[in-house]
Amino acid sequence: MFGAGGGTSSYTEVEQTDVVLLWGSNAREAHPIYFHHLLKGLDNGARMYAVDPRRTSSAKFADAWLGLNVGTDIALANAVGREIIAAGLHDTDFIAHSTQGFDDYEAAVEQYTLDRAEEITGVPAHAIAEMAHDYASADTAQILWTLGITEHHNAVENVLSLCNLALLTGHVGRWGSGLVPLRGQNNVQGGGDMGALPNKFPGFQDVEDPVSLAKFETAYNMSLPDKPGLHLTLMFEAMEQGAIKGLYVIGENPADSEADVAHARKLLDGLDILVVQDILMTRTAEMADVVLPAAVGWAESEGTVTSSERRVQRVRAAVPPPGEARQDTDIIGDLAKRLGVDWGDPTPEDLWDELRSLSPMHAGMSWDRLESEGGLQWPCMDEDDPGSIFLHGWLWADDLEGRDPAPFSVCHHEGPKEQLSDEFPLRLTTGRALDSYNTGVQSGGYASPIRYGDGIDMNPADARQLGICDGDRVRMCSPRGSVETCVRIQPDIPRGLTFTTFHFPELVDINQLTNPEWDLRSGTAEFKAAAVRIERMASTHVNNPVPDVDSATEFADG
Amino acid sequence: MTITEVSVNLTINGQAVSVPEGTSIHKACESAGIETPTLCWAENLTPVNACRVCVVEVEGSRALVPSCARAVEDQMVVQTDSPRVRHSRKMVLEFLGSSVDLSQATDLAEWMRHYGADPDRYDQPDLPAERISEEPKIQDDLYIRDYDKCVLCYKCVEACGDDAQHTFAIAVSGRGFDARISTEFDTVLPDSACVYCGNCIGVCPTGAIQFKTEFDMRAAGEWRPDEQEVTTTVCSFCGVGCNLELHTQDDRIVKVTSPADHSVTHGHLCIKGRFGWQYVQPPTRR
Repeated sequence: MFGAGGGTSSYTEVEQTDVVLLWGSNAREAHPIYFHHLLKGLDNGARMYAVDPRRTSSAKFADAWLGLNVGTDIALANAVGREIIAAGLHDTDFIAHSTQGFDDYEAAVEQYTLDRAEEITGVPAHAIAEMAHDYASADTAQILWTLGITEHHNAVENVLSLCNLALLTGHVGRWGSGLVPLRGQNNVQGGGDMGALPNKFPGFQDVEDPVSLAKFETAYNMSLPDKPGLHLTLMFEAMEQGAIKGLYVIGENPADSEADVAHARKLLDGLDILVVQDILMTRTAEMADVVLPAAVGWAESEGTVTSSERRVQRVRAAVPPPGEARQDTDIIGDLAKRLGVDWGDPTPEDLWDELRSLSPMHAGMSWDRLESEGGLQWPCMDEDDPGSIFLHGWLWADDLEGRDPAPFSVCHHEGPKEQLSDEFPLRLTTGRALDSYNTGVQSGGYASPIRYGDGIDMNPADARQLGICDGDRVRMCSPRGSVETCVRIQPDIPRGLTFTTFHFPELVDINQLTNPEWDLRSGTAEFKAAAVRIERMASTHVNNPVPDVDSATEFADG
Repeated sequence: MTITEVSVNLTINGQAVSVPEGTSIHKACESAGIETPTLCWAENLTPVNACRVCVVEVEGSRALVPSCARAVEDQMVVQTDSPRVRHSRKMVLEFLGSSVDLSQATDLAEWMRHYGADPDRYDQPDLPAERISEEPKIQDDLYIRDYDKCVLCYKCVEACGDDAQHTFAIAVSGRGFDARISTEFDTVLPDSACVYCGNCIGVCPTGAIQFKTEFDMRAAGEWRPDEQEVTTTVCSFCGVGCNLELHTQDDRIVKVTSPADHSVTHGHLCIKGRFGWQYVQPPTRR
């Protein structure tokens, strides 16, 4: 946000902050040790508002749960913004000095009255007002989010609608206040930092910026593309159009993880060549023409990963890789040799130093410092720089350090692409469970006593209406496909909503149902909102009575 | 943010010591190079004063004081090696050793030798010492609970509760010799509130709560701590960046812990970080 793709705050700050908006995140299960820091904050007196369609295990620690309808985040955020302005709680000095576009924003959110927001989001107007007042009045406040915000067709607008709130109140760029997207994988932050984005060189330097381009062309002594490449979603579109005929997949399992996965499998199947480099035989690897067995990144390799607080930390080899498995960097280097380029035999430290020479925000992070200081947080511009606890302190500088003021963004409510209908009257949303991870390739390797497994969470009233009992086998259909699973009656799920995890594709191939509509700017598909129908499969009653609890909404005011 | 640090001057074993206000006597001793035995204390937990093995003598104080919990005061005079302290520490260790199995409390063995503690002197043929004697509870594939080794230090309760995990799956139930760390209504662990973070195992000083993998290796005579190496790396299961210490033996991971002094984890992990490593070495990859 505001130019650099990283969370603004450090974990220690949430221990000291006054108000937390946990928005579209079940950090208790998806980021459990971050949640420990958050719990310290709550123990220290912070108030937490959990914004989530489900009353999650995280929401149970909140002072208030705002159980909004799936995909209505912008309407809620805009209503919070409008209420802050209407109550005169916005930071006019900060807005005047450090931001631009406030007038357009104010005009845009005017229509999001509390009543209208209640109608769209299903969250009581008084709860929206309370959250707005508490957030704006706090000395320090943070907004935390994860995939509940980003796995929508309007992912970027969702994020911007939250950034607007921070700009409105000055809750960014200083200790204790900030905007924190929690990263789902140990190096999703580092991947972006290293330039594994179609439009960026390492250090978020734009490929379309002539100065950056010239720097990298000089360093590598060759001409480089001056236009962005394709992100994953566009690659699948290109495969569909026949523009991509070969794919080299490193450590990803799209044959299980893509939305509308049956279609994705068909496209992978139609490739001229599919090369998969992975540590285990994933479903994608099973489809491959060539499999390159790789060492485990965090236990069999030397290198770095970067966390959600921008902390670059060393990973180290504790055990040797088995059989023919090799380091990712060695495999890529050898492949380059076969393609006619010899990069020599660089050590991980050599590669790191190359990065430091090209990415100013990493320049101060010597290998020795990473070893001795327990990791460093970017930006870290030189070897005397201790690294950065929080980002965007420039917003509070008298001269903004010569930068342009941070822009408000006008975002409007659209809702999920796939509307509910008589044919598909229920909302399906997917997410994580505590003991599992992604498509289960890695987390399937140990015997967890608390597996979610084969199941779909459903509100008791919806189940009763369909004549479904706890444990019944059902068929769930979306416009794209259908799966069989069994129902878990769950009073924490509001009426009209169903939920399952994406961790068990062998048991429930849920991505056959998810919606591939995607965000034009981020490429992220709308995993969080499909329309589905659930039918009880004949003679499968298991005699578990439906508890007489109607809906999670009765907890909403608690 | 400015924090003004006030120094406190005290004397420990006749040696002048100056530490920041709020420091515990235990930490002050450490800064003066004086080691103190501890059992219920941990870097990442709130002191509960349960074990009394860290007691010291404070001039003017009627009773011995637990050094882990008592903050230093200006002009305090502390003795850590007086006859009274030595006698008390020795007896605490003997009482514990006479009722439970301390064989895996490796830190304590050294202190028992140091103080000449002899638990067997309470175990006479005509008056045998009462000992906890139960079969280990094995209720899933991740944990075992061996109450023969439990000294009721409360560390696991603290780690499960508001010192870290906030799950509150375990507490002490029963009184006196029947006191046990228990789940709600003593239900089996998989049916309890437990979320298998393993933070109780991480803080257990005696092996009473233990990884099942370690328990099985010990039972098979394959657990060889002297041959184990520890490598610090970063967990792969989310973007928080938790430091993992991979304990390896014969080029295989046998246990995972986290450093208590790291700002990300403070020594605590979740189920995935603590147990999820097993995919690295399944039969299909070896």
